[in-house]
Amino acid sequence: MRWINATPTRSARLALALVPFVLVLVVYAMGSAARLADNPSDKLLPGLAAFAQAIERMAFMPDQRTGELLLVSDTIASLTRLGAGLAIATAIALATGMVLGMFPYVRSLLGSFVAVISMVPPLALLPILFILMGLGEAAKIALIAIGVTPILIRDLAFKVTDLPHEQLVKAQTLSASSWQIGMRVVLPQVLPRLLTSLKLQLGPAWLFLIAAEAISSDSGLGYRIFLVRRYLSMDIIFPYVAWITLLAVIMNLLLDWLRWGAFPWARGSAG
Amino acid sequence: MSEIVISDVWKEYDEQIVLEQISLTIAPRAFVALVGPSGCGKSTFLRMLLGDERPTRGTITLDGHPLPSEPGPDRGVVFQKYSVFPHLTVLGNVLLGLELQGSSVRICLRGEARRRAIDTAREMIAEVGLAGSETKYPAQLSGGMQQRLALAQALVMRPKVLLLDEPFGALDPGIRADIHVLMRRLWHETALTVVMVTHDMREAFTLANRVIAFERPRDRPEERERYGARLSQDISIWPARLAGEPDPYSPDRDGPILSEAFSRDDLALETVPGD
Repeated sequence: MRWINATPTRSARLALALVPFVLVLVVYAMGSAARLADNPSDKLLPGLAAFAQAIERMAFMPDQRTGELLLVSDTIASLTRLGAGLAIATAIALATGMVLGMFPYVRSLLGSFVAVISMVPPLALLPILFILMGLGEAAKIALIAIGVTPILIRDLAFKVTDLPHEQLVKAQTLSASSWQIGMRVVLPQVLPRLLTSLKLQLGPAWLFLIAAEAISSDSGLGYRIFLVRRYLSMDIIFPYVAWITLLAVIMNLLLDWLRWGAFPWARGSAG
Repeated sequence: MSEIVISDVWKEYDEQIVLEQISLTIAPRAFVALVGPSGCGKSTFLRMLLGDERPTRGTITLDGHPLPSEPGPDRGVVFQKYSVFPHLTVLGNVLLGLELQGSSVRICLRGEARRRAIDTAREMIAEVGLAGSETKYPAQLSGGMQQRLALAQALVMRPKVLLLDEPFGALDPGIRADIHVLMRRLWHETALTVVMVTHDMREAFTLANRVIAFERPRDRPEERERYGARLSQDISIWPARLAGEPDPYSPDRDGPILSEAFSRDDLALETVPGD
């Protein structure tokens, strides 16, 4: 049988999916054990016990200075920034993308502008944002919004122009105005794509968040990682990275689940 | 009511002339089939009636008024594909026009008005034989059912003119025969002028009461760009087939066709031994 036709069974699929995860853990444990055997106070690849201690210290014991659970307060700070940035980006992108996709005049006016703006590397704008908006929350939220919005706009505009022309004609024969077409024909059909596209933008959004927090902040997951870097605290950095990954995975799943539940007609299509 | 007058219409795209010298009067309640080879501009012509394309020269009037330059509720349409909205249920699709008509800002109906609209929509759905499927999405319907839905969605607006762009071309023969019966009944029972583009000559001659053929009089490769298609045939079905009147002469095309199909255009079939 050809390899392209060989499909694993359900249980084999599950087992295969676990293999790379297990492999990474095993390789790490071996490396860590080897280094610790040479030098019991090695900081580069700490053992599981060190992780457990660090997690306990960060997540379950109040910080001596602030009295807060650091992991919890960092998570809240980061997710607030991420949520605010993504919410602003989504709102702007949905409105602009739909208008851009629907109206030829707006497309002529803004199409190339948005295309060029989306090529600006957002991180290069970070100094400008810090200068203009100060070192507080606003600059970090703005960076996420600026980084994600142009790509969302373009993707949504593409989706709108991809809608079959027949549908727009049909809507007009049902006496729909531009506004009604936007609300009843275009908007419902771009929402699933918005969720898909938002999902793909989660990665960049986290990147911008952590970059902004690394440079100037007093809380947040990215801030903590870059703070403890000075002490080579791999025992804290690794769990934090794992935690950020877990948060991103959960957000991914939530978006998938929302798309599946809210748009039953779009199941099985890419958006 | 709903007389369409097309006078000396030309359609050109840049250098390419697609249609030329099209003059035609379509009587109220006619059922006109437009036939012709691929690429002869019959769909372009339909889109001009729809308002989706504008004639380069010439005028089209509906009831004596120039046709608006964009589609509107007086002209319903069913395309071969993408005629229904995938994000709305069967009921939602038929309801949409009722919810939007008469206002340019309202996006849904509430209360009593909504209940009345739902009743109207359900009647229309039952009319096209989709009763019981109200909560399904188009993706869950077969091709024939989707086209029935598209018809219901268009007809619930009570358009003066129904434009059909190869609406049944993608359907299986059996399904197509069923929907032909429906289409003919709708034409008889509704105050409609129908203009249908089709590839299928049998469909044209069994549904329509007037068949119009488009053809390029000059079709050599070097002539194609500068000469468009014209009307080459204009055939009224005889005995006259009139909307709303029974038709005792014309045999039902959806009946048995086997004997008719043999010997007509396939000489090989006539020589099959024992047949």
